[in-house]
Amino acid sequence: MSILITLNDIVVSFDGEKILDHIDLDIHDKEFVTLLGPSGCGKTTTLRIIGGFITPDSGTVTFDGKKINQLPPYKRNVNTVFQRYALFPHLNVYENIAFGLRVKKLPEKEISKRVQEMLKLVGLVGFEKRSTARLSGGQQQRVAIARALAIHPKVLLLDEPLGALDLKLRKEMQIELKRIQEQLEITFIYVTHDQEEALTMSDRVVVMNGGKIQQIGSPVDIYNEPVNAFVADFIGESNILSGLMIRDKLVEIGGRQFECVDTGFGENTPVDVVIRPEDIKLVKPEDAQISGVVESVIFKGVHYEMLIDAYDFRWIVHSTQAAEKGSAVGLTFVPYDIHIMHKMPKEEYPLRGIEPASEPEDTEEAK
Amino acid sequence: MKKKLIAAPYLLWMVIFILVPLVMVGYFAFTDENGNFTLDYVANVAQYSQIFVRSIWLALIATVICLIIAYPLAYILIGMNKNAQGTMLMIVMLPMWMNFLLRTYAWMTLLGNNGLINSLLQTIGLGPYKMLNTEGAVVLGMVYNYLPFMILPLYSVMVKIDKSVLEAAADLGCNPRKTMLRVVFPLSLPGVFSGITMVFVPAISTFIISRMLGGGGNLLIGDLIEMQFLGTAYNVNLGAAISLVLMVIVLLMMTIMNQFDVDDDVILM
Amino acid sequence: MKKLSKAYLGLVLMFLYVPIFVLIIFSFNTTKSRTVLSGFTLDWYIRLFKNEVIMTSLMNTILIAVAASIASTILGTTAAIGINSMKKLPRTIVMNITNFPIINPEIVTGVSLMLLFVFFAARMHFEFGFWTLLIAHITFDVPYVILNVMPKFRQMDPFLYEAAQDLGCNPIKAFFKVVLPEIMPGIISGFLMSFTYSLDDFIISYFTCGPNTQTLPITIYSMTRRKVSPEINALSTIIFLIVVIVLIVKNIIERKHGAKIRKEDMA
Repeated sequence: MSILITLNDIVVSFDGEKILDHIDLDIHDKEFVTLLGPSGCGKTTTLRIIGGFITPDSGTVTFDGKKINQLPPYKRNVNTVFQRYALFPHLNVYENIAFGLRVKKLPEKEISKRVQEMLKLVGLVGFEKRSTARLSGGQQQRVAIARALAIHPKVLLLDEPLGALDLKLRKEMQIELKRIQEQLEITFIYVTHDQEEALTMSDRVVVMNGGKIQQIGSPVDIYNEPVNAFVADFIGESNILSGLMIRDKLVEIGGRQFECVDTGFGENTPVDVVIRPEDIKLVKPEDAQISGVVESVIFKGVHYEMLIDAYDFRWIVHSTQAAEKGSAVGLTFVPYDIHIMHKMPKEEYPLRGIEPASEPEDTEEAK
Repeated sequence: MKKKLIAAPYLLWMVIFILVPLVMVGYFAFTDENGNFTLDYVANVAQYSQIFVRSIWLALIATVICLIIAYPLAYILIGMNKNAQGTMLMIVMLPMWMNFLLRTYAWMTLLGNNGLINSLLQTIGLGPYKMLNTEGAVVLGMVYNYLPFMILPLYSVMVKIDKSVLEAAADLGCNPRKTMLRVVFPLSLPGVFSGITMVFVPAISTFIISRMLGGGGNLLIGDLIEMQFLGTAYNVNLGAAISLVLMVIVLLMMTIMNQFDVDDDVILM
Repeated sequence: MKKLSKAYLGLVLMFLYVPIFVLIIFSFNTTKSRTVLSGFTLDWYIRLFKNEVIMTSLMNTILIAVAASIASTILGTTAAIGINSMKKLPRTIVMNITNFPIINPEIVTGVSLMLLFVFFAARMHFEFGFWTLLIAHITFDVPYVILNVMPKFRQMDPFLYEAAQDLGCNPIKAFFKVVLPEIMPGIISGFLMSFTYSLDDFIISYFTCGPNTQTLPITIYSMTRRKVSPEINALSTIIFLIVVIVLIVKNIIERKHGAKIRKEDMA
């Protein structure tokens, strides 16, 4: 796959505050890339730089090998699906989708043909005459996508497009978007704070925090091999413990030594140790190195989530079998499931859990 | 049940001081001095058609000029940052808070044959031009007094246009000029229509501006009405008939403007 | 583009302010000339304050504005409460009639009230003057109060009133403790609006004041009808200054309030 867009050493600040801190990113042709991170991490700003709505303070943006830093949005072969759709309230569904085609002064026949194609693509045939105000959130979403795709962009930018939809509709649209992307064979750059959404849809995920890129990789890589505690915690729930790397393949947690598979951290180095809740097995206390007391048990649908108090740490454990609250249990995990990471500065730790779905991000970033 | 009763004093007031007076206008318009039914006065209004035409014409010109001045101004205002917008809006609206008689008087002193403008022109060898007591002076007075009524609705509609909609237009290939034409203008139409109403109604019914700046020769509907009630031509029945016709013109105008406005709340969303 | 906008803005501001500044400058002129500045004086200001007609009409204006705005605030607020609990049809009818003084040309409102007063003056033996003015002012003020208060009911959480009763308030107490504070901003802006409209009104007052009672705008009008008098310039200057001060204070208060709300939102 060839490289389509390159961001090279991009810096953006507003009011003296660095929003993007030396970002480097390559985006390939025809891939589905997701920019993932908590609100204020700079993901929307990155998207707006590609769209042409923000000019970076320094660094270069190249598109198809040409520098496009100063190119205004209306000259870029890139289209955006806006956070709250930004449909034109004075135009009906048909005219909204036809908007970009009319600006290009295409013949009426061609416009009509393309709009029909788009309506079919997003499943809104028969809605041509509807006023956009009389559409549901999901339908408005589809119009916004059709409108952006109608002028055949090489790249579609999507800024938290599903944020305002309810859970069920969101799941449907995720599948739908993936289908459209595969059918049209164009590049999608997708911004979200929902890690599950990112993992389901993307070819590659770019995890961002504090204006910096934390990790770039396939969903599987990011989930299985997070590079630091932030990524580990942001991508799914994690137990993050302080540890001491004794030497290669041996780590000390809570005064006990565990075998692990990581190397190259040096000797007696403080590290973060990440263990996924689903990688921990519950056994009888006497069969395990770590034992603790079950503090709470919550049924989550497919599994139980248990909090277990052991070694002054509250472990999260996911299991299909519930232990009894208050009972003593043992925790085991295999060396392969112990992930060792460089220690992060305290302030870069994420808050546990993911922010609410519909929170708009631009309030902090776009000012 | 009890809550509704609390409105009773106002309802009484409303009937006596809003409804009854309007009914009386209608009553006087269709009766003679002795209280007998007649269509004479309403028919007589036709004699003054020249004044009606002039009033509508001058009010129309003033409205158009207000729109031409105010539209770019409102567009410039919404491009500023929030704080500057507030301050600028205050500065633009401030003259409106001065009594309109004083504002009109100011132009009287500027436009006169011996006024400041003519004496300035004379120093460069021009004039004097007759500016006061012309139709142009009346239009100028209307524009000066009612311009804020055009700026305010335009601004308040434009400021509500979602910035992301403008970005969407740029995203879909519109340069700034095309964005203005295809998105900003259609979305600002409700403001245009309410601005037109807010300028046209006081302009067509004014009687002071025409008297102070137009001299005796440029009578408007307002002057005509005033003369029937307080002036030399005292004729309450004719005055009521003219008022009735004026009211009909204004209501007609508003109905027309409301026709364009059907989508109002959709657009403001 | 930026420069063009600035130039345009400057031009419009000049159009708006030059006439006012010319008035102000000539208020300090020693002669009555409107074109030649011959020296600085405060004479016109002294004469203004010694002019009994102006001072009396100023007193009248303030008295009527205060009385009319207080009366219409009370009348309008009670009306809004009542109208709000009406069914849709009567509410629409009442609101349409209430809108009449606002959308009707002022001259028609003035003339119609004059007809009413003439009719009753003959039969009930009263004269045009303070009371007719006051009634006229209340009549055109009340709609503004109602239009300011009504939306506050719509913005209010409809369960607040019930919650207060649930927590032990009787209906009257619940109204004063919960509903009144919620609609207070509307009442205040309605009051301020009626006060300024009353201060400023000329046309309706002109038809309802009669020969012996004058408000300031009517006095100004008769002054402009007669000969040139720099006293008007002096008066304009004072009014302009008052307007500027009031608007600046209002702006400062609003900004502080806005900043406070923003801060609270952040926290």
